[in-house]
Amino acid sequence: MIRVVLPPHLKVLAHVQDEVVLDVEDPPTIGSILDAVEDHYPMLAGTIRDHVTHKRRPFVRFFACEEDLSHVSSDTVVPAAVIAGKEPFLIVGALAGG
Amino acid sequence: MSGVRVLAGTRKGAFILTSDGARNRWEVNGPYFGGWEMYHIKGSPADPNRIYASQSSGWFGQTMQRSDDAGKTWVPVGNKFVYDGVPGTHQWYDGTPHPWEFKRVWHLEPSLTDPDLVYAGVEDAAIFKSTDGGMTWAEMPGLRGHGSGPRWQPGAGGLCLHTILLDPKDAQRMFIAISAAGAFRTDDGGETWKAINQGLRSQYIPDPNAEVGHCVHRIAMHRSRPNTLFMQKHWDVMRTDNAGDQWTEVSGNLPTDFGFVIDVHAHEPETIYVVPIKSDSEHYPMDGALRVYRSRTGGNEWEPLTKGLPQENCFVNVLRDSMSVDQLDPCGIYFGTTGGQVYASSDGGDSWTAIVHDLPPVLSVEVQTLS
Repeated sequence: MIRVVLPPHLKVLAHVQDEVVLDVEDPPTIGSILDAVEDHYPMLAGTIRDHVTHKRRPFVRFFACEEDLSHVSSDTVVPAAVIAGKEPFLIVGALAGG
Repeated sequence: MSGVRVLAGTRKGAFILTSDGARNRWEVNGPYFGGWEMYHIKGSPADPNRIYASQSSGWFGQTMQRSDDAGKTWVPVGNKFVYDGVPGTHQWYDGTPHPWEFKRVWHLEPSLTDPDLVYAGVEDAAIFKSTDGGMTWAEMPGLRGHGSGPRWQPGAGGLCLHTILLDPKDAQRMFIAISAAGAFRTDDGGETWKAINQGLRSQYIPDPNAEVGHCVHRIAMHRSRPNTLFMQKHWDVMRTDNAGDQWTEVSGNLPTDFGFVIDVHAHEPETIYVVPIKSDSEHYPMDGALRVYRSRTGGNEWEPLTKGLPQENCFVNVLRDSMSVDQLDPCGIYFGTTGGQVYASSDGGDSWTAIVHDLPPVLSVEVQTLS
């Protein structure tokens, strides 16, 4: 089971309070985790990545185990601690200053 | 007992303001969708409990919401807006070709008769249609297929389709407006479109009388006279009496004819309202005085309406979708400002009251008249 932390705006949209726990096919990749998020919470489709191209939205970032996974391929297998459920996969709205 | 429901979209959420027919006391509910930009919220004329809302965010893009109980509860509906076929290009600010890219829904126009049918005007400019209550959306490609599409260029706010008017006497006819392409009309339910910009003159484009390229800010119609349209253009207030085939300027004695909003009195088809804004570089009222101007003659002769509006140190803007009217008698007029006020007049504009003061910047105001 993969733990996923959504940004506050998307928690509200998905009507969830805390992190979500999802069953993801082995081996869990960034792409398959996002597939599972959108399967369980269809209202989030298009908010994290493009509906058609699946390209990450520019101001969304992915983190896990203190690593920035935003720029790696969506086929990348997530760290072992995420697979083991010890660490969450974080979906974060990028900081925008001003 | 009649009543009024005002739907206000703001930069940081939606608000619903309700009152009875006297329109003296207002209950404010919200924010709904706190933190999200709510470009437009509009109720179905066929079922006032059905409300559609456009919710967007620079981070998370476009989402859509629908309420079937007058805004008490909401459900997310479809947010997949994919252009039909190969999107092609329009002009970018520097004149180079730029691929069509969906950014957001600016305007929602529910059908006059079918609560499940709703149109969406989007940026980059296109019109989409849903026949299942917003669950799925399909582009009406005839509009972008108009031969002029590659020459459309964004205004400062983006290449947005911001106005959709449905002809209450002809279900096949509708009007749309795009900043900065101009106005278009379909007479066959959206299959084909005609540019209706004859008579518009825009000095800032190479050919001031061009077929397209005009920065139309808003168009309004009285339901009893769908061939008569009133337009607030970037500069100039215009009218047509032949469904857009020819426009004439009716700015008359306005102190400035720049502005965004325009609307028509519910019971007097020749009584129209605008809020003049100083200029395209100074988006606030002249002299720091917020004034609605009313013409009872369909334009040309205008009178300032100031009672109850701030007449000094007021530097707000009134954005293009931020004025609406109710259907009560006397007619109520409403507008929202970038300063977070929603002003209402329950006497046709003679006097005004801020029915709420301190919302986030107001992007849109729609009114439902309840029986």
